[in-house]
Amino acid sequence: MRTTDLTRTGTRQGKNNKPAAKPMLVKRAKAALNIETPTPSARPVTLSFEYAPSLESADIVKLKPRYGLYIDGKMVEPSSGRYFPTVNPATEAVLTEIAEATEKDVDRAVQAARKAYEKVWSKLSGRERGRYLFRIARIIQERAREFAVLETLDNGKPIRESRDIDIPLVAAHFFYHAGWADKLQDAFPGREISSLGVVGQVIPWNFPLLMAAWKIAPALACGNTVVLKPAETTPLTALLLTEVFEEAGLPPGVVNIVTGAGATGAALVSHPDVDKVAFTGSTEVGKEILEATAKTNKKLTLELGGKSAHIVFEDAALDQAVEGVVNGIYFNQGHVCCAGSRLLLEESIAETFIEKLKKRIDKIRVGNPLDKNTDIGAINSKREFEKIQRLVALGKEEGGEFYEPAGTVLPAKGYFHKPCFFANVSSSFTLSRIEIFGPVLTISTFRTPQEAIMKANDTSYGLAAGIWSEKGSKIQKVASALKAGVIWANTYNKFDPSAPFGGYFESGFGREGGRHGLLPYLEEK
Amino acid sequence: MASHHLKVPKTIKLFIGGEFPRTESGRSFPVVRHGTDAHFAHLCRASRKDFRNAVAAAKAALASWERRTAYNRAQILYRMAEMCEGKRDEFAEVLCYTQGLSNDAAQKAVDAAIDAFVYYAGYADKYQQVIGNLNPVSGPHLCFTAAEPVGVVAALFDENSTLDEITAGLSAIICSGNTVVALLPGVTGTLLAPLAEVFATSDLPKGVVNLLTGDVSELAPQFGSHMEVQAVSVQTKNEALLAELKIAGAENLKRVAPPMQTNLGLNNILQFVEYKTVWHPVGY
Repeated sequence: MRTTDLTRTGTRQGKNNKPAAKPMLVKRAKAALNIETPTPSARPVTLSFEYAPSLESADIVKLKPRYGLYIDGKMVEPSSGRYFPTVNPATEAVLTEIAEATEKDVDRAVQAARKAYEKVWSKLSGRERGRYLFRIARIIQERAREFAVLETLDNGKPIRESRDIDIPLVAAHFFYHAGWADKLQDAFPGREISSLGVVGQVIPWNFPLLMAAWKIAPALACGNTVVLKPAETTPLTALLLTEVFEEAGLPPGVVNIVTGAGATGAALVSHPDVDKVAFTGSTEVGKEILEATAKTNKKLTLELGGKSAHIVFEDAALDQAVEGVVNGIYFNQGHVCCAGSRLLLEESIAETFIEKLKKRIDKIRVGNPLDKNTDIGAINSKREFEKIQRLVALGKEEGGEFYEPAGTVLPAKGYFHKPCFFANVSSSFTLSRIEIFGPVLTISTFRTPQEAIMKANDTSYGLAAGIWSEKGSKIQKVASALKAGVIWANTYNKFDPSAPFGGYFESGFGREGGRHGLLPYLEEK
Repeated sequence: MASHHLKVPKTIKLFIGGEFPRTESGRSFPVVRHGTDAHFAHLCRASRKDFRNAVAAAKAALASWERRTAYNRAQILYRMAEMCEGKRDEFAEVLCYTQGLSNDAAQKAVDAAIDAFVYYAGYADKYQQVIGNLNPVSGPHLCFTAAEPVGVVAALFDENSTLDEITAGLSAIICSGNTVVALLPGVTGTLLAPLAEVFATSDLPKGVVNLLTGDVSELAPQFGSHMEVQAVSVQTKNEALLAELKIAGAENLKRVAPPMQTNLGLNNILQFVEYKTVWHPVGY
């Protein structure tokens, strides 16, 4: 993960982390000692360290009572006059109201994007387009904390992740693609390439601003204009991004943002004047989009679901592998398309590994996402929360050995779910086949590398996979046999704008990031 | 009548290891305002010892600079563009006074100088993908080739080098992780002060860029013969000098790069990279 020096000339990340609550810890530790030492006991004295709350202030975010649609460089009212609430999933409190874009609004946005494409954006040189993207990257770095807090409020993810991962990567994506804008010919030498026109983009709620950056940055760098629809439960950071566009002086209409639910997205992807559709989200909706665009010449890229296998061999560094597996499935509440949700353990180490995993997830802190010590925040919406609960119940019915930390106490309000796993799960279980998109891991075992590969590939998806082994040649052999778009070896969930990302099979097609990520936004003449 | 302000002229010194020393030799040469006899400044006439000190600084900075992430180097180069923008008028003034450019032409030269910083900022984390590749070898091996910086580069500019040629030449060399010792000969030496201040305030580690002023004929042999210098960028059209440098550099097989064809181009980076091919077995 690119976390170094992202804001090297701006605010330093994590500067506001108080130098921990050291005196408090010592005091509590002493208190614990005082209680336990006088009693003669055969049991070893255990110190229980509690973390003092370390809350990131939400004051940095100034929310408006309601938000319009961003069309042609202006915030406008939706033609329907309808607004819907967006909720903080950690408190269930309404944050603000969002405009619901109708077909008519989408049409206005597409027209604005077309006009901006023809009159302005397609006439600029790559150098000039790049200049705007560099400015956007810099302003995001400068306003990084504000974006991080807003993302956490609207999405429920821990501030530690929005602050150290999402927002720095957002800035990095704009910065990286800024540099490509005047070098596209170098990327594809000998080929005559050009932009496509108006791009319609629909993005999910799990990494709201990061997905916006993944979509907008390459589209603009390659000379296209954009109409973007953020997810209905997490539109706020994309709307704040419009302020950055204003501050950067981006010409009106180059990026338009229409908010709404499925109907708005459907209107966008089926609009006849959209030249290219880029979608990140569920495989189910991805298939609908594929059908909706089938009779057109629209270019299409789909980044869909996954059921990624995480393979741990007996020759792996086990403690590191435990950390990797935890990061693989519990990062971002498990709302990650490439989450390592199917753990495959070599039989000889399975028992040891599961014991280590239990110990580790007992220590995972679930709670207030604004607390800097929180590991798992809130599930993004009631709908997702209930879906996860339903699937966990199903897993128990099907006979998986369920484990969740007994000691973890969840907040009374908000949508919180404990990290958990099912051991002794077979490929035929529902949980092994469908994407849960929550902090739920399934575990099964294997005896040979061939069996691990067969089990890993036994899915209709093919987004990512993880391999843990200290033997390099084995990693390469297994990696070459796995049918997945991203393979992480002795690491997991690493993202970088220079590294192409995307899946095989029902995980979609097209790549985002790197040189390969430019192609979907260009056409060869 | 307004009070009369007597201008405080800036003393132009060398830029070595992040410091601004005078030449150890104590020598200087005068520069006049373009087309007149009026004094503009005295520039240091750097000695062989100054050059060796600069190479030592560049060598010391190499390990840290080449290990930085490409993204970090990109951001630092972009920061140089920001700093250069802030010193636009100072650059323009020097160009007007010493090279006789009109204000318009000087401003355009500064634009182009900034373009060069931004262009190579963008390339720092991209040239590897454009030139690197997976090698489809016949056998159970993963084999790929990646580009790496060559090391310490010496850059010899020309008395007629323009500001943008200088920023392009330097940016192309350092964006991949090389460090550089550059000679800005003759009147181009007057650009050393604002340039060095750009480098010194862009979070660039000390010693990555080192700048000298002085005489080409005196220092060129040192550029060619120094054993810690891995490559020489020659931005002068003097063919005889180019040949002389190649001969002098033969002792340590120095790469000698001819003048840039254009300011902005991948080839300017590739002159100063090495290719590393890595083989790794594939098997259980």
